[in-house]
Amino acid sequence: MKRTVFRNRWLPYALVAPQVVITLVFFFWPAFDSVRLSLYRASPFGDRLIYVGLANFQRLFADDAYLRSAVASFVFSFCVTIVGLALALLLASLANAKIRGLAVYRSLLLWPYGIAPAIAGIIWLFVFHPSYGVLPYVLSFVTAYQFNWFLKGWVAMTLIIVAAIWKQFGYNLAFYLAGLQAIETSVLEAASVDGAGPIRRFFAIVFPLLSPVTFFLFTLNMTFSFFDTFGLVHSVTQGGPGDATSIMVYRAWKDGFEGLQLGYSAAQSVVLMAVVILLTALQFRYAEKKVTY
Amino acid sequence: MKPFVTRSLALAALWLVISPSAALAKTEIQWWHAMQGVLGERVNEIAAKFNASQSDYEVKPVLKGSYPETLTAAIAAYRAKQPPQIVQVFEVGTQTMLSSGAVYPVYQLLKDNGVAMDWNDLIGPVKSYYSTGGNLASMAFNSSTPILYYNKDLFKKAGLPDKAPATWDEVEAMAKKLVASGAKCGYSSAWPSWVLMENMHALHDQPFADHANGFDGLATTLKINGPFGVKMLETLARGSKEGWFTYNGRLSKAEANMGGGECGIFTSSSAYIAGLTRASEGKFAWGTGSLPKMTGYPQGNSIIGGATLWVLKGSKPEEYKGVAQFFRYLASTENQSWWAGVTGYVPLTNAAVKAMEASGHFQKNPQQKTAITQMQAGKTTPNSQGIRLGNFVSVRDAIEEQMENVFGGKKTAKQGLDDAVAKSNDILKEFAALYK
Repeated sequence: MKRTVFRNRWLPYALVAPQVVITLVFFFWPAFDSVRLSLYRASPFGDRLIYVGLANFQRLFADDAYLRSAVASFVFSFCVTIVGLALALLLASLANAKIRGLAVYRSLLLWPYGIAPAIAGIIWLFVFHPSYGVLPYVLSFVTAYQFNWFLKGWVAMTLIIVAAIWKQFGYNLAFYLAGLQAIETSVLEAASVDGAGPIRRFFAIVFPLLSPVTFFLFTLNMTFSFFDTFGLVHSVTQGGPGDATSIMVYRAWKDGFEGLQLGYSAAQSVVLMAVVILLTALQFRYAEKKVTY
Repeated sequence: MKPFVTRSLALAALWLVISPSAALAKTEIQWWHAMQGVLGERVNEIAAKFNASQSDYEVKPVLKGSYPETLTAAIAAYRAKQPPQIVQVFEVGTQTMLSSGAVYPVYQLLKDNGVAMDWNDLIGPVKSYYSTGGNLASMAFNSSTPILYYNKDLFKKAGLPDKAPATWDEVEAMAKKLVASGAKCGYSSAWPSWVLMENMHALHDQPFADHANGFDGLATTLKINGPFGVKMLETLARGSKEGWFTYNGRLSKAEANMGGGECGIFTSSSAYIAGLTRASEGKFAWGTGSLPKMTGYPQGNSIIGGATLWVLKGSKPEEYKGVAQFFRYLASTENQSWWAGVTGYVPLTNAAVKAMEASGHFQKNPQQKTAITQMQAGKTTPNSQGIRLGNFVSVRDAIEEQMENVFGGKKTAKQGLDDAVAKSNDILKEFAALYK
């Protein structure tokens, strides 16, 4: 790579300054403020600010509901990531085949990514809704089981997982398609000559060669499902029934913005922040070693 | 306040003398509200009428989203020292506002600005809910109380008489017949905690929380896991299991099922009259009745929901003067009877009720009388004057979470309520610790 040399010493700093300022103002400052606020019991209007040390965290970890929320978050994130990536890889392999009208298929498959999570939620709401949804209506002919996710936690969870997978699908697919096209056909042809069938070729060659893409998408999907799915939960289940779909990011919002328990909510954001930092660090530390570039 | 007012009045007078053009400039008053859709248009109409009625002040209504969003926006503005003069806050935010220290109490504001108002003319439940020490803290605006709705077409199909059920036993019996005749939902309710827990306790004169539901001091303990609460929830859980009660979600979500013609019997806010009128037009006929009673319990009263207008500290005296004038207009019989007539909210003054009766409004719209009849038949007791809790939004959430667990068969009524109480007490103690 060619090294760019600036004649003016300050120009490079000036050029990165906007990015640095944006990061500081919109990421570091709020993050720092959350950490500070998490040590206080704060009144909504700001007239009371009582230092309580780690009491907010104590309250948080003593609450079974928070533990359930953490479990729900991990179940949700892993399902979205693993099922989502598996499906995307499957469809990308199919879309990579040389068939007529390929460009059209590919474009159509990318569409869902252009939709905001809240809208994706509403679309699936119309499919799943117990009284006006298509799916419960069709299922009522097949089984007498009531798929009322207003009362059944696992149905509600499945619904938001499906919606999140669908929403991320186009994005994952695009990366896998690009990854597949980067694989040299000569390698695959050589394997065919050696007598490897399509499944063997996939697991022995394609999957390992795609591992950088998978790794990147895994991290991205985990963070997406941890943070970006707030709109989805908010528009579809509002965390219910009971607290079956109260994933951590939704709880933090609800306790802060609806419940106005600011310190308590800040403590939750700090925990969330720690979880994501840890997750990303772990992935880069361990998963990256197994990745072949 | 007083010397400050006189001083600024003197200043204003001086300003008038030296700058004639200032007399033409109107003082702007920001009114942040959460009235969406048709209600939002009505709010704009009120402001337009007031603005046209005088030339000193200009009330500007600003829609800020849902109730919680409006409150959050006002809090942010207050903390940034740019508060609106008036903000509409829902009833569950009452304790938060009272404790905040950010409020200019309405009775004080009106007194300071020489506007006399006959507070005794306010209807009882409204006055008691928003007063401290007999003085009104915020300006009553949109108040409703839950009532019962029933679908006359479905009743006919089920062979039931055209009459609303009066007791829970009747609700059960009728809902079973409705389901047997093919109705998709026998009975359902919007606002689960507000209607089925808060109002049912008040209606049967049962305590909801300690310290007289938070009216004699900050509440720290919920009392809903007593025999009455358990019986109420057990009835509904049985209904959910047997199929005559259908749970359709929190907030006003279930209204979609009633409006869609699925439910035979339904409970929701009296403010749903306008919505149901539109939803049912040309599709089905419906009637209203008082909330059903549980036999064997004393008479209390239903409590109100909705929102009131709070005046925030931090504005200029002449702006407050305008707010006082605006509130005088709001309370006028003319405005009250118009507002109640077009929305389904309860008229807030006895004078307005009389005016609406005199004009024959209730003959044409008998449903709008139901809420008033129900409240007039009730008895105001320490258990039925209202419920005032800190962090009430979170408490309501904790209750509805457990209601869902009970309706879904995950927990028994007693277990669910015990858990709801434990969680709520924790939330209440946090609030009390903040303001001890």
